[in-house]
This record gives sequence, C-alpha cells and structure tokens, in this order.
Amino acid sequence: MSKRVGIEVSIAISEAVGLARAEVIPAYPITPQTHIVEHLSEMVANGELDAEFVPVESEHAAMSCCCGAAAAGARVFTSSSSQGLSLMSEILYIPSTMRLPMVMVVANRALSAPISIWNDHQDIMVQRDIGWIQTFAENGQEAVDLTIHAFKVAENRNVSLPMIVNIDGFTLSHVIEPIELPDQEDVDKYLPPFKPRYKLDPRRPITMGPVGIPEVYTEAKVAHDKAIKNSKRYILKAWKEFEEVFGRKYEPVETYRTEDAEVLLVGMGSICETAMTAVDKMRDQGQKVGLLKIRLWRPFPAQEFRKAVGKTKILAVIDRCLPPGAVCGPVGAELRSMFYKIPGAPKIFSFVAGLGGRDVTVSRFEEIVDKARAFAKKRPRELYEVIGVREK
Amino acid sequence: MANSDAIVGWKTITFGCHILEPGNSVNFRTGDWRSQRPVVDKEKCIKCGMCWIFCPDMAYTQDEEGYFEANMEYCKGCGICAHECPKDAITMVPEEG
Repeated sequence: MSKRVGIEVSIAISEAVGLARAEVIPAYPITPQTHIVEHLSEMVANGELDAEFVPVESEHAAMSCCCGAAAAGARVFTSSSSQGLSLMSEILYIPSTMRLPMVMVVANRALSAPISIWNDHQDIMVQRDIGWIQTFAENGQEAVDLTIHAFKVAENRNVSLPMIVNIDGFTLSHVIEPIELPDQEDVDKYLPPFKPRYKLDPRRPITMGPVGIPEVYTEAKVAHDKAIKNSKRYILKAWKEFEEVFGRKYEPVETYRTEDAEVLLVGMGSICETAMTAVDKMRDQGQKVGLLKIRLWRPFPAQEFRKAVGKTKILAVIDRCLPPGAVCGPVGAELRSMFYKIPGAPKIFSFVAGLGGRDVTVSRFEEIVDKARAFAKKRPRELYEVIGVREK
Repeated sequence: MANSDAIVGWKTITFGCHILEPGNSVNFRTGDWRSQRPVVDKEKCIKCGMCWIFCPDMAYTQDEEGYFEANMEYCKGCGICAHECPKDAITMVPEEG
C-alpha cells in the first residue's frame, strides 16, 4: 500500500525520482531547487538509490552531462531554477531536437535584476521554445505524480523527448504537505526500464548531433515540431494509465466550477489553489466565475482548452511573467493568437501578477475578475494590466 | 544548394538527426560550391600523392596508371592540392558560368 506522509515537496520529488529508478543525475544546486538535488545526492551516497550522481561544476555542464547520459541510454534526471536554468539555456535546445528523453523539475523562480530568489514563471518562460514537453504542478502531490508521469511520457518510444515539470519555487518546493508516495511495485509496473530507440554503443556505432546544413535544418526542426505535437496523445495515455495504477486523474486543462461561467480565470501552477478559494467566494456571492488551470503548457492543448472555455465570453488570463516591451504576457499572447478570428471567441484580458514572490491573494483574483468584467464593457487602453503595482 | 541523393524531408529524416550509416557524407555531392577547379599536368606529375594526402575532402583518387585526379562532385576548389604539389603540376582554373 502506498503511504500518505507529511513531507517537504522537494524531498517527495526526490523520493519520486528514486521510485522511478533514475540512473544518472547530473545536477547543480540552486535556490529554491537545492533540497531536491541535495536529497538525491544523499540517497545515492547512502546506497538507497543505485544511480550515478554527477556533482557538476555548473548548470551548463549539468545539462551537457544529461545529454551524454541520455544518449548512452540511461534514465536521466536533473533539476534547476532561475539563473541556473538560464545558464543551461544553450544546451536545452539540444536534447529536444536530438530526441533524447530526460526529466527535469524546474523550481520556478524570478530572474535577476533585481536579485530575487522568489517565485514567478519568468525563468521558464524564457525557455518556452526549447521544444521540451512541459507541465505545471499545482501542489505537492501533483509534483510527485507529474514527475513519475514525465518519465513515462519522455521515454515512450513514440515520444522520445525531454520533459520539464514546473513547480513553484518555495510555494511548493519548501512546503510540507501530506503526500501519498506510491509503492515501488506500482511505479515499476507503471514505468518499465528505459529502452531507447538509439543509443551510443561501440558495438553499433552511430553519430548523434551532426551538423544540419541549410538543406536539412528546416526538416529537422519540423520533425521535432511534429514529434512534440504528436506527443499529446501519449501524454494523455500516460495520464490514463496513471489513473488506473495510482487512482489520481490528470488532464491537460482542468476546469473548476466553469458551468455557466461568465468569467473564467486562467492560471498555471500553485496560484490555482488560491484561485479556487476565490472562485468559491465569488460563487457564494452569486457571481458566475470559474477557473481554468493549464497543466500541459507544451505542447499547448488548444483543442482541450477551447472545449474547456465552452461558451464563456470573458477570459482573465494571469501571467506570472512580465516580458518587457511585449504586447502582453506569454500565456495571454498564446490564448489571444489561438482564438484569433475564431467565431464566438471569448474576450481575452491579460493580467500580470505574482512577480518575484509577491502573493496573489483571494482579493487579487476578485480584483482581476472585476477588471475583466469592466474591460469587457469598455475596452482598456493597454493590452495587459499589472495587478497590485504601486502607481506612485 | 548541394546536389545530393541524401536530401530528406521531415518525414524521412533520421530520428533525432542521428547518422545511422557511417560514411554517408559521400551522398552529399557538394562540389557545386566550387569557383575554381584543379587541373593536373600529367607531364609534371610524379604520382607522389601529396594532393591525395592533403585534400581535406578526400576528393582525390588514383587511376590505373597511378595518376591522381579530383572528383568534381566533391572538390570544392580550395586549391590546397595546387599549393602543396611539389612539382607545381596542379593549376587552379576558374570555373566558367
């Protein structure tokens, strides 16, 4: 039987990586991801996990090492955050087009300057287009479940892509929650040993990572794009199998009290927990408000999202990222372009909130809903609004 | 554009762009980049093979009589062979057109 324990989410993620029997873990510590790799290092040192822990000299080296290990056919895990993730950036595009499966948990954190160790989504939005599959966890249980799910998806021979599980730094990484850690037996059943389609093997030499001359580069990128789009069916299948084995159900876009909603909040990650409380409060007051949670960010589940919106006419999209000089935040931009010129499309209003660890409280969600309703009546001058910014 | 039998589409490109067959660069006939070609004067050639050794594209092969000749499907006209030839038997001639 699986056991429900009070455990820090970072430690629980490490335990999940152990249950998944990761074989190579190249990682460099960075706040707020530190506890994940620290605990994995302990597990390896104590002989609890039969893996190679590579204490690399930087995140750039960590991701390079991950690529090599995955190319050799190992089950690979790493974790990073913020500045560290940015230092990896050069390498992040490589395993995805090279179709090397691996799993990374990103403890989302703001980017400098000013220096901030606190949570928002700017670090991962910088890496939006690296071509990895990406999910967002809302709480500790999801973080554990999505980590195990990520191995299943990434290593599927029809997918064979690296995968990121995003967890909010501190809000999730450092919080102690009651989490159900699955049994080893069940995880083994769900996650068979990794059998790569190709690996570096002296007995059957191949070349990985050659030059792509102009005659083939476009085709290589299109093949990657098609592969990640095609991965959605296997992501869904792996969630269905997850439900069968572990009893918890996951969907690419989850709905909360969306029936007859006039306004839908749209969010990703841990703020959705607060948003649910806000929706309950507003519903109690008779407001027809619901919530859409984007769990699968890449490939973007457009079909599921449109279905989840239904007939709702107003979307209030919350981005935890402010891209200076852009028309709006990345999630807002994604949804606006997705609905462009679609008959009956909702009005989409973009909000930026929760930067650099600022809490997004219930009253902030109420403010967002009020503003979205007002904007629907009178078009705002700006294409997005930053919530809670002091105008003085 | 390179003239090649190996030009692939996105459906036929190898998984992850891996090269699964060693030595398949021979399928890419990249000689059409060339703006000048090496011409060997067999009167001067001593069949030493320096051109064959130095050619960065391994475009040279030896014929039955022992002379070396560059394959124009791969020769890029870099002129290293002409520069290295101890007998100045190789002249670089501009390609026309």
